[in-house]
Amino acid sequence: NPIVHNGGLYKRPFNEAFEETPMLVAVLTYVGYGVLTLFGYLRDFMRQWKIEKCQNATEREEQKDFVPLYQDFENFYNRNLYMRIRDSWNRPICSVPGAKVDMMERVSHDYNWTFTYTGRVIKDIINMGSYNYLGFAQKAGTCQEAAAKVLSQYGAGVCSTRQEMGNLDKHEELEKLVARFLGVESAMAYGMGFATNSMNIPALVGKGCLILSDELNHASLVLGARLSGATIRIFKHNNMQSLEKLLKDAIVHGQPRTRRPWKKILILVEGIYSMEGSIVRLPEVIALKKKYKSYLYLDEAHSIGALGPSGRGVVEYFGLSPEDVDVMMGTFTKSFGAAGGYIGGKKELIDYLRTYSHSAVYATSLSPPVVEQIITSMKCIMGEDGTTVGKARVQQLAENTRYFRRRLKEMGFIIYGNEDSPVVPLMLYMPAKIGAFGREMLKRNIGVVVVGFPATPIIESRARFCLSAAHTKEMLDTALKEINEVGDLLQLKYSRHRLVPLLDRPFDETTYEETED
Amino acid sequence: MDIKSMKNYLYWLYCQFELITCSYLMEPWEKLLFYTFNITMLVTVLYTAYVFVPVHVSTAFQFFLHLLGNQHESTVSVVK
Repeated sequence: NPIVHNGGLYKRPFNEAFEETPMLVAVLTYVGYGVLTLFGYLRDFMRQWKIEKCQNATEREEQKDFVPLYQDFENFYNRNLYMRIRDSWNRPICSVPGAKVDMMERVSHDYNWTFTYTGRVIKDIINMGSYNYLGFAQKAGTCQEAAAKVLSQYGAGVCSTRQEMGNLDKHEELEKLVARFLGVESAMAYGMGFATNSMNIPALVGKGCLILSDELNHASLVLGARLSGATIRIFKHNNMQSLEKLLKDAIVHGQPRTRRPWKKILILVEGIYSMEGSIVRLPEVIALKKKYKSYLYLDEAHSIGALGPSGRGVVEYFGLSPEDVDVMMGTFTKSFGAAGGYIGGKKELIDYLRTYSHSAVYATSLSPPVVEQIITSMKCIMGEDGTTVGKARVQQLAENTRYFRRRLKEMGFIIYGNEDSPVVPLMLYMPAKIGAFGREMLKRNIGVVVVGFPATPIIESRARFCLSAAHTKEMLDTALKEINEVGDLLQLKYSRHRLVPLLDRPFDETTYEETED
Repeated sequence: MDIKSMKNYLYWLYCQFELITCSYLMEPWEKLLFYTFNITMLVTVLYTAYVFVPVHVSTAFQFFLHLLGNQHESTVSVVK
């Protein structure tokens, strides 16, 4: 059975680990949330009885007898927990988001309800939060010069959709280049990465089709799946046994009432999951897809340019053929320093999407300087501009990833995800530590992104580092030193070096396990 | 120097307490309320322990002594 004995499918070791939450930490996290909830009720009571001024949005006086708008848990959380630590998000930056960034300083005198700018600019903050995997977010260099030239030639606006007057020769050039880069027959580019997913999945599937979507898929995939009207079934995150069970059930039982066979079965997975840092088990998914004759939609938003020896994404990372993936989607936002998304696949598929996709018909096409940035950066990665800069960047990113992850694990933090993914989530767990970590790191001139409840499960809040090829070893060492200090100050080193062996695979030499009591 | 490192350690412990119970995020009046409540409960528990625990412990000790004392006498008489 080629799926269970994964030694035959994987050409390289697959080291992924999600250390279990320590029991004491979980209990203390709940204690913290309990205290904040009690104080939340107290504050809500005071706001209701006008003892305290109400600064959040409420219904008007005349609407107080209607169905309440702000009584659910999301709004309670927003008023009472999110507002207290709000200064770690939406920080305004005022320079290009490269390896170092400038930020405008702001203070709040009423506990984060309003902010005022002091006028000072904090310079040269090490940027560990931007999705700048290959370091193409630059304000000087070949990409910037080419984009400036195209800007003076074409201007910035397109003023039309692809199907009307917005189809420039630059778009055709870009699409041919993207198809060549991915190794597919044809590709199409859209103006917005989120819209690529949410507007194209409804064009591919409809009622009577089945979508099998990973538990932790991005909001754009979920929205696209829901808009399509197909039946959606969720399988456990990266769990091939769960996926196989769902596929078997789908083939055996068919549609719910009529028992007819499904028109299409589409599996939605992502290359790298940005909240967990895990990489999809692509060889096994492709084996399952072929066995049960379904289609695969791979969202490579974070993995294109970041994985693989020449940056061609997760398909190259596993050494597979791009023809096995039916729809290869990705974005230009992360590794190419631009904006937009693409879909690549067979020529018939892309020609169909050109006519029937909502994004092609109604959305404005990509702006020319952005297209030129993508073209230049893609040629750089492929090595077609005559230099080895692209290859050097891809290798630098891989080295940075391995080094950073190894050092953080050695320090004793709990790090989720695969050894090779440039997205590094560091677990914080307690709500007060979310705010404290963000603030302490900013004091030490390092900008990080901390993530809390709606994006993650309520006790598993984390800080997410995004590594870049633009980070030099000195920057990483500085960052690691500060993280070490803050980790000791806030006591974040929870790891007991007991990595849970991956439960859905039999133990063999490709499983990474280490137990140390 | 020992006093200084002791003070630093106590301050670090206080910071951990603040982080775990989320009083780091509270406004000053909320912190006052929270600490007053906590310290009142703690003082009540300690006072109750101070007043009642010696009495309970000595009663329990006497009870067990009485129980074991009787048993010991009876076993001794049987063996003899």
